[in-house]
Amino acid sequence: MAEKKQFPKGKMVPVPSHSIIPERDLGTSPILECSHLGIDFGGLTAVNEFNITVGRTEIAGLIGPNGAGKTTVFNLLTKVYQPTRGTILLDGLDTHGKTPAQINRMGIARTFQNIRLFSNLSVEDNVKIGLHNQEKYSMLSGILRLPKYWRQEKAAHERALELLSIFDMQDMADHQAGSLPYGAQRRLEIVRALATGPSLLLLDEPAAGMNPSETAELMENIVKIRDTFKIAIMLIEHDMSLVMGICEGICVLNFGQIIAKGTAEQIQSDPTVIEAYLGKQQ
Amino acid sequence: MSFLNNAITGISLGSIYAIIALGYTMVYGIAKMLNFAHGDVIMVGAYVCFLAMGNAGLPSVVGVLLAVAVCTVLGIVIERLAYKPLRAAPSLAVLITAIGVSYLLQNSAQILWGAATKTFRPIVEGSLVLVPGQLSISYVAILSVVCCIVVMVALSVFTGQTKMGKAMRACSEDKAAAQLMGIDVDATISMTFAIGSALAAIAGVLMCSAYPVLSPTTGSLPGIRAFTAAVFGGIGSVPGALLGGILLGVIETFAKAYISTDLSDAVVFAVLIIVLLVRPAGLLGKYVPEKV
Amino acid sequence: MKKINKNSLNGFVNYGIIIAAFIVLQILIGKGVLSNSLQSLLVPACCYIVMAVSLNLTVGILGELSLGHGGFMSLGAFSGIVASILLQDLIPMAPVRLAVSMVVGALAGALGGVIVGVPVLRLQGDYLAIVTLAFGQIIKNIIMVLYVGVDETGIHVAASSDRFVLAPGGTAIIKGPMGAVGVAKLASFTAGAILILITLLVVQNLVNSRSGRAIMALRDNRIAAESVGINVTKYKLMAFVTSAALAGAAGALFGLNYSSTVASKFDFNTSILVLVFVVLGGLGSIRGSIIAAALLYVLPELLRKFDIAEYRMLIYAIVLILVMLATNNDQLKSMLGRIIPKRKGAVSNG
Repeated sequence: MAEKKQFPKGKMVPVPSHSIIPERDLGTSPILECSHLGIDFGGLTAVNEFNITVGRTEIAGLIGPNGAGKTTVFNLLTKVYQPTRGTILLDGLDTHGKTPAQINRMGIARTFQNIRLFSNLSVEDNVKIGLHNQEKYSMLSGILRLPKYWRQEKAAHERALELLSIFDMQDMADHQAGSLPYGAQRRLEIVRALATGPSLLLLDEPAAGMNPSETAELMENIVKIRDTFKIAIMLIEHDMSLVMGICEGICVLNFGQIIAKGTAEQIQSDPTVIEAYLGKQQ
Repeated sequence: MSFLNNAITGISLGSIYAIIALGYTMVYGIAKMLNFAHGDVIMVGAYVCFLAMGNAGLPSVVGVLLAVAVCTVLGIVIERLAYKPLRAAPSLAVLITAIGVSYLLQNSAQILWGAATKTFRPIVEGSLVLVPGQLSISYVAILSVVCCIVVMVALSVFTGQTKMGKAMRACSEDKAAAQLMGIDVDATISMTFAIGSALAAIAGVLMCSAYPVLSPTTGSLPGIRAFTAAVFGGIGSVPGALLGGILLGVIETFAKAYISTDLSDAVVFAVLIIVLLVRPAGLLGKYVPEKV
Repeated sequence: MKKINKNSLNGFVNYGIIIAAFIVLQILIGKGVLSNSLQSLLVPACCYIVMAVSLNLTVGILGELSLGHGGFMSLGAFSGIVASILLQDLIPMAPVRLAVSMVVGALAGALGGVIVGVPVLRLQGDYLAIVTLAFGQIIKNIIMVLYVGVDETGIHVAASSDRFVLAPGGTAIIKGPMGAVGVAKLASFTAGAILILITLLVVQNLVNSRSGRAIMALRDNRIAAESVGINVTKYKLMAFVTSAALAGAAGALFGLNYSSTVASKFDFNTSILVLVFVVLGGLGSIRGSIIAAALLYVLPELLRKFDIAEYRMLIYAIVLILVMLATNNDQLKSMLGRIIPKRKGAVSNG
């Protein structure tokens, strides 16, 4: 078990400055700032001293060996787990005490490592559920089918098809989500997350189970999404070609601690990273 | 004195609930199903004992053993015929089937033995007088508590020490993994139903000895109460079933004595709701959040 | 890959089925083909259809097991009866009084839904089931000791017969274990058919709206639903309370169909009966619920008339078990799958 470190309350160590924010985001405030973020499960410290800053339109990568705590970081950011310590600022706002649903409304959307679609529903309905908080009509207007219902449902339908077209999936709109092939399910999860109108998109192993050509296409699409929606994307990925290819800032996690941060070149030549992945050189 | 009397009644009733709840909990633990027919197995056990002692004139010990034997077989047969084919089915399908089995047992009993209530002759009669005219404990009550303790100890030893018991625990954790380790999952599940049903038979005889009315629906309400007891203590947990059963018996008896006979059920269930709100997995149950 | 068809058409088919069945049955009644005993089944059958469709909202569409639907029916029945008697002088027109009483029943059901739902909907799976079961038992128990009456000084409510004193000329409405007595039978088949249509409108339109999608999202994957910003408690409660309100309305209609009603009519077995309708009709299938409720309510009642009356429930039990075994048998399923191409949606109105 890792040793539990104590941090005196109210005496936060200033966050070290980061060099990994891409140049174009330097003029604006960061979308995400985590400081001293950490969580313990029982006596086990799963994540500790997680400090990171993500720029407004940055594509950031979170890598590390299995069990390093990457998904736990996503779960902390989306409040699936409440952090034991530390703060998360989203666009300058503290997310302390928020529920996962509130976090989404504040602007973080995510996908899951083990795909979590609404598998009995149609592809279109999955996306429309992502649009849930942008539709505004009440339960009663829905039951009575007031004009508001028809207007907003039509808009939602169009918007859903538009979003699906990012991955060229508009023809699948009527299919049952659970019956889609694996890769399409992963893409649908991204579309659903995008539908919520996030300012930060978290992708948990988006390329898992994809072949190299699919991965290459996904890389293009991730960049395209960032460019069209002008949002920040943070991704967990084991496929190094993807991470090194599109991530502007990379953060390496091992045993719940950040062991390195920097650009692709910096990470690739960092001895601690090599050690974490390959073991100590004899 | 009336307080003591009530406490004794409560604990002995609770012991019976605990024995039924143990059956519920074990079956839930391994088959992940609410076996609504469990209460009706109690009724069958009581009928078998009643007929053996009454019509055949056999001694009560034989009657009890016969009840246990019949219910054990019944439990295994029910599992094989009705539940085993549904092992991969959604839990609601299994629940409805269990309800079907419950109806089947009740209506078969009604056709075989009639709808009229029968007066059950207690397997042991008389009571131990502690303070003449004020405080006495019926031998049935003593027997119930003793049975409950014996069953608890035996089950703890069984699940903790024996090979079959360990197989049972392994199956309730993860059936697929247990199978890979060479455990015969089907046999283990059958065994669990057999034990649960045998316990139900004992509980049936004890209950009808304490409250000597017997009809085809005798088992359903105690069944629901024992199910409540199992949930109360934390379903799937053996000590939880004991704790839940005893608490339920005591609460029910005190509610009858001090609040209102008619409202005793409402009080029991209200306490259950409150307990679940404070501890969503029951008193001794473990809450396991879904992994993301 | 499976395709899901648009189900608005299916929804209209359901209205059509109800209207057609209503017209056919009315003609049969007019021609005197339908015996009195059969006619007496019509209103309760309507009530059970509404019960089944509304429970399907909780079990099939929200995906939470409820074993206490009869409790909401009970609340609706007794509050509806009380309302109908209290309003006797105020609203002389029977159909209007029936409608108002059903609204009162629905409100009582909804209130019950909120009282149960707010604290317990955070429980999951079997724990929620047991709490709903407990709630049903509590309702039954309380109504069994409840005395409600009215006299010139106003409404009297008591928890025991000795404390229940009415001025001369007062009317006792609910008399504890004896239940509600002296009820004017306001219910009619027409009202039942209208209630079914309203229920279909509410449930089908809810399912096809953003709220309905949110509810189904919770069923399919709660964690993903939260991750796209869906308020779990709000939508669980919405489904649960809507379902309870409809059950309350059905209860009011049911209560006003008999001159007396006892609380034990709405016990655990009633809840289970309705659950059986829902499961046999198919989880999430509205039309399945309608058909299953109608058939399974009427058939056993018809069997009463034959010599096999004694074996009625036994047959019912065996059929129930066999149907569950058959519908969950993989070989049979794949065989049927080859014959009937399957269109499976999470919610089909079909």
